[in-house]
Amino acid sequence: VLLIMFYLFSFSSCPYLSEKITPAIPAIGGILFFFVMGTLLRTSFSDPGVLPRATPDEAADLERQIDIANGSSSGGYRPPPRTKEVIINGQTVKLKYCFTCKIFRPPRASHCSLCDNCVERFDHHCPWVGNCVGKRNYRFFYMFILSLSFLTVFIFAFVITHVILRSQQTGFLNALKDSPARYPFTETNYRSSVVCFFSVWSIVGLSGFHTYLISSNQTTNEDIKGSWSNKRGKENYNPYSYGNIFTNCCAALCGPLSPSLIDRRGFIQPDTPQLAGPSNGITMYGATQSQSNMCDQDQCIQSTKFVLQAAATPLLQSEPSITSEELPLPGKTTISGPCATLTLGQPTPPSSMPNLTSDTGLTDMIPLKEEHEGHQFLTPEEAPSPPGMLPSGSPITHSHTMHVLSLASQDSLHEDSVRGLVKLSSV
Amino acid sequence: QVHSLQELRRSASLATKVFVQRDYSEGTTCQFQTKFPAELESRIERQLFEETVKTLNGFYAEAEKIGGSSYLEGCLACATAYFIFLCMETHYEKVLKKISKYIQEQNEKIYAPRGLLLTDPLERGMRVIEISIYEDRCSSGSSSSGSSSSSSGGGGGG
Repeated sequence: VLLIMFYLFSFSSCPYLSEKITPAIPAIGGILFFFVMGTLLRTSFSDPGVLPRATPDEAADLERQIDIANGSSSGGYRPPPRTKEVIINGQTVKLKYCFTCKIFRPPRASHCSLCDNCVERFDHHCPWVGNCVGKRNYRFFYMFILSLSFLTVFIFAFVITHVILRSQQTGFLNALKDSPARYPFTETNYRSSVVCFFSVWSIVGLSGFHTYLISSNQTTNEDIKGSWSNKRGKENYNPYSYGNIFTNCCAALCGPLSPSLIDRRGFIQPDTPQLAGPSNGITMYGATQSQSNMCDQDQCIQSTKFVLQAAATPLLQSEPSITSEELPLPGKTTISGPCATLTLGQPTPPSSMPNLTSDTGLTDMIPLKEEHEGHQFLTPEEAPSPPGMLPSGSPITHSHTMHVLSLASQDSLHEDSVRGLVKLSSV
Repeated sequence: QVHSLQELRRSASLATKVFVQRDYSEGTTCQFQTKFPAELESRIERQLFEETVKTLNGFYAEAEKIGGSSYLEGCLACATAYFIFLCMETHYEKVLKKISKYIQEQNEKIYAPRGLLLTDPLERGMRVIEISIYEDRCSSGSSSSGSSSSSSGGGGGG
């Protein structure tokens, strides 16, 4: 819609307006447009603040503690949703236990079923952006809708100006030929005006709504549920608000940006014991395309869906490091067989290879989940370890699980991976 | 018995892990509970442990502090369309580096000699501070060795 509007604007009104008023108009429009696209891309591709799933040890420990707290559970039944209460700033907040991620969610976090992750300060899942909006990308999202509303208002205003000016002109210039005189009444102009009108109102409305949310330091989630509204009770107030509108705004938009907690470059370890993860958090994106035929297509497809989010550190022992519950991989041994012969002949950083060969001797068993064609586009970009955004275009890569795996086995490798992790989290 | 970090990995086996959970009473800021876990009762002095956690809490508070300098950084970043982060690190990242150094130092000086190992919370998604308790392989008679599936070097020294 955005693009259509922009093109209508450019082709119909721009030439006229630029000669009549000033050439600055399309220039400003162009800048605004690029800004909008920039923020949109940033919102889509940055990590909203995903909480990695708990490691098995943590989960077990938590379960134990919950069992102790509840008394012995009656075997066989699914226990009721577990909650913990915390008092924050005088308000009682319930922390819920997330069964998928096996953690107690921090306050304001929520589990997004579309992305299948818990997200910190969860606002909402935006289909237009194709990503959750959470703590880390809320400011980009806000800038996106704000600039978009400016852009739409801008376009709308000038389209109207154009129409008015033209119709004024025809009033004076009766002698003019029909075709230019009919220009203001062409469908293009009307269509763009109508489209503009509706978009302007909806986008401006949305911006206004989010401005309100920011100033009161609430999330869309909280607002919809009415968590802190006065209707619930006199004593109900928002414990996270700083009390001052200005402070709230600043905190949300200009506050420090915490690094991403997920490792986008790792593998998800299957449960077979012999596999070694990549070192330094740099993945090896599978084999070349021709060899993908060797694997069972189904399994390859399925496994490629769970790409990108796992180990930061290598796994030296035979630990199946991740209880990836949604990684069924039936008949893994069969897949390992043919897949094992897949060579890793793609742009992997050479440093990680010798590490593995020396430490594990299992290079050929590296899980080649990403051999599917769909991910080929990632290979050229991922190899040199770009510090910037991860352009994972497909929603699939986005929406699947982020496992942080860290069973560091060696200090040096571990250090590297931490460094890698910190560097990665510059997104 | 006193172990160095290297020795620990080689000669000890992982007995169990203790998790120090987050403390949300201040809100969503990253703080950890200073409650002393029972399993560490015999391993380390309460005060040392509390001091470690308090220092870590202090570091995290510093990282997330909202003040003049963080605003400046945020506005500067916005003005440069966030390209500035290709050249420099955010304040938060700088503090994270300090934290990992501190943890490594603590491990070397205090925890490894007592057969314990701290894991940087960053590796656990900032959910917990994981403390691995090791037992001497040779002498691990009474204490049951926990999950043997965990690698013996697990937990990492930062």
